[in-house]
Amino acid sequence: MEKTINLKLKVWRQDGPKTKGRFETYEVKNISTDSSFLEMMDVLNEQLIQEGKEPVAFDHDCREGICGMCSMYINGHAHGPDEDVTTCQLHMRKFKDGETVTIEPWRSAGFPIIKDLMVNRNAFDQIIAAGGYVSVGTGGVPDANAIPISKEDADEAMDAASCIGCGACVATCKNGSAMLFVSAKVSQLALLPQGKVERARRAKRMVAKMDELGFGSCTNTGACEVECPKGVSITNIARMNREYLMAKFKD
Amino acid sequence: MTKIESKIPEGPLAQKWTNYKNNQNLVNPANKRRIDIIVVGTGLAGASAAASLAEMGFKVKNFTIQDSPRRAHSIAAQGGINAAKNYPNDGDSVYRLFYDTIKGGDYRSREANVYRLAEVSNSIIDQCVAQGVPFAREYGGYLANRSFGGAQVSRTFYARGQTGQQLLLGAYQALMRQVNEGNVDLHTRTELVEIVIIDGKARGIITRNLITGKLERHFGHAVVIATGGYGNTFFLSTNAMGSNGSAAWKAYQNGAYFANPAYVQIHPTCIPVHGEFQSKLTLMSESLRNDGRIWVPKKKEDAEAIRKGKLKPTAIAEEDRDYYLERRYPAFGNLVPRDVASRAAKERCDAGYGVGATGLAVYLDFKDAIDRLGKDAIEARYGNLFQMYEKIVDENPYETPMMIYPAIHYTMGGLWVDYELQTNIPGLFAIGEANFSDHGANRLGASALMQGLADGYFVLPFTIQNYLADDIRTPRMSTDLPEFEDKEKMVKEKFEKLLSIKGEHSVDHIHKELGHVMWDFVGMARNKEGLQKALDRILEIKKEFWTNVRIPGKADGINLELEKAGRLADFIEIGELMARDALNREESSGGHFREEYQTEEGEALRRDDEFAYVSCWEYKGDDKEPVLHKEELKFEFVELKTRNYK
Repeated sequence: MEKTINLKLKVWRQDGPKTKGRFETYEVKNISTDSSFLEMMDVLNEQLIQEGKEPVAFDHDCREGICGMCSMYINGHAHGPDEDVTTCQLHMRKFKDGETVTIEPWRSAGFPIIKDLMVNRNAFDQIIAAGGYVSVGTGGVPDANAIPISKEDADEAMDAASCIGCGACVATCKNGSAMLFVSAKVSQLALLPQGKVERARRAKRMVAKMDELGFGSCTNTGACEVECPKGVSITNIARMNREYLMAKFKD
Repeated sequence: MTKIESKIPEGPLAQKWTNYKNNQNLVNPANKRRIDIIVVGTGLAGASAAASLAEMGFKVKNFTIQDSPRRAHSIAAQGGINAAKNYPNDGDSVYRLFYDTIKGGDYRSREANVYRLAEVSNSIIDQCVAQGVPFAREYGGYLANRSFGGAQVSRTFYARGQTGQQLLLGAYQALMRQVNEGNVDLHTRTELVEIVIIDGKARGIITRNLITGKLERHFGHAVVIATGGYGNTFFLSTNAMGSNGSAAWKAYQNGAYFANPAYVQIHPTCIPVHGEFQSKLTLMSESLRNDGRIWVPKKKEDAEAIRKGKLKPTAIAEEDRDYYLERRYPAFGNLVPRDVASRAAKERCDAGYGVGATGLAVYLDFKDAIDRLGKDAIEARYGNLFQMYEKIVDENPYETPMMIYPAIHYTMGGLWVDYELQTNIPGLFAIGEANFSDHGANRLGASALMQGLADGYFVLPFTIQNYLADDIRTPRMSTDLPEFEDKEKMVKEKFEKLLSIKGEHSVDHIHKELGHVMWDFVGMARNKEGLQKALDRILEIKKEFWTNVRIPGKADGINLELEKAGRLADFIEIGELMARDALNREESSGGHFREEYQTEEGEALRRDDEFAYVSCWEYKGDDKEPVLHKEELKFEFVELKTRNYK
């Protein structure tokens, strides 16, 4: 049943990428446990506006866990304490009355802070642009059923493709590695006959771009998998390493 | 009165698109390089159009308000995409998909447009598979299908409950490939704030950089609006928080007709509203109606006990449950179209049979399907949706029925376009949900993805050339021209004015007020008195907004409240036009239900003799009444019938 709680919030405030940030403490009262975390942030912002202060900047859009835009580091976890959810799907019933909640942006060399809790994840787009696709133009393709694909491969490709590009994996990794994100796309396309044709080129280009953009290397701690809101598995990283090695051997 | 020229090609229905393509003008490769096309939006329609146009050789400038094209709200579409492949051999055909769409839209769309949509639907599936979209497959390796509302065949292709995500990522990847090749100039976190018209033609846009706050000018030989629908006028909807109608509204204010604004889709299966703090509504995919059965208690006392928390739905005996859709519509049962299912839910709740704490909910029950197929089969089909439901509601839908209620989901109305997807402003095109063209008064499930990608991959890339072929000698224009300067100045003054109000209420506060008025009077059931009241109330809200809104901060730099305020200013006016259109349309058709016009059984009563037209509204100035033009809908190939799902 619905009840209400009061919370103390420690929120990271930073005016811009080149200014020094700090924690500000706010109190919010009578938060319904049925509301989502971002709805609680809406209440905070409404309060700040009423007090004549500037609201907290944060990214969000679909609020149903699929666009990948929301990105808060809550009490030391990317997307907060609940399992398999994005911040927008985290609900206040996971918090206790009187608790202090610490809210920070994604922190990683690959994701510079723009303002408060907003970060720049443009690097992910650049990695996809480097090769995260099948090079096919519109039109002139065969019938969709021309090439049968085993259900197992299609399902496994879909598991990898369910990545929402939020960046929780990077924010969680002690090295700031983007391996889970990159390997999910490499795996999806390598598993399907349409993507196999340029698999070597794709793996090399995407890895090179990832390295160029300042993401760290993978040391197999597996922390990324634990915090991934979509349960994307680190077996994708193993597959990408194979793809990458095979591509390099061919050179 | 201006004549509405829809440019429908001659010939038999099945030949029109082929005839058009055979006779249209094209632009040769050398000239394509000299032509700039602005595409605003990166959802299914925008991304697929931008990628396809760039592949052809045009220079594309693509804009999105999000931090990446992949965030566009198409990503949230769950259930699937229709195509007339007839892979299951169950009697489907291009004609049948066309017919179901015309009928589902309650005979308020153009035959030629809808037929073309059905015709290109198959190419979309081929294209997406070639891109590596991991559609669901059977053990034999071939593509799987499922059913959606308003159809008696299984023609819906899907990728679990994340079809929109997979299709959008396919289009996004095609787009990023073109960005990499230098053919698309991509502008993220950038919002269209004005459209520039030179000598009567659309020639550019003014944008606001959402990070720096800087106003920027961009030239294009043509401008394509692909910015989605205006469902957020209601504040609460299944749309994303940032989804807005402002780009379409700017087009309207510059002279483009706005068509059928009253046609809004209310989706029957959403998680019910539960409090004033709520910021959005979450959809539960229509695909759930394949296996879920919708019911309310047969006895009022049971419903009341449930509302008070004294009785659990699982304790209600089979004979005491009213499966009202199966009862009222035996032929289609739980798979009636969305407008019909939504109204039936409202009817039961209004009559006192609703469940949940508020009484504004009905059950969607999977018990029979779980008994028949096993929990694993249901989990494989809908696992992610069940998980999402549990996270939000904190109840396990495998054990207790889901609670659902209708919510605003999609807008069939939008910018008026001709057969070429061009508005009445030369050079200004509108695609996807932003236009009005294919769904009439009600859209069938799994058809939004189909239309977005049809427009972007297979229609606009041809039709836009017919316009640009006359423009190959037009050099790129300077953005120092007075037309650009004037529009930029206008925008700057508007933002300054908004910031200077310094009133008492936040943007969201006023938006919620608007939402209540829209839902109460311009929602699922409308009547003359209510609509007139809505018009009065919206006028008051407009005044309140322009005198009492509080926006902290400045115009330069990130200002999220200022962004929202700019969009709300337009939502208020869109709401007014919706109410005006709903008032004018004295009939019930599809998603537009006027209480005065219904049959004895409470079904929608169309009035074809007077209202078989598209209402096209023309802007006449800020405080002047818009003028209504009518595009008569001619039905040459199908017979106008009363929809019957019994």
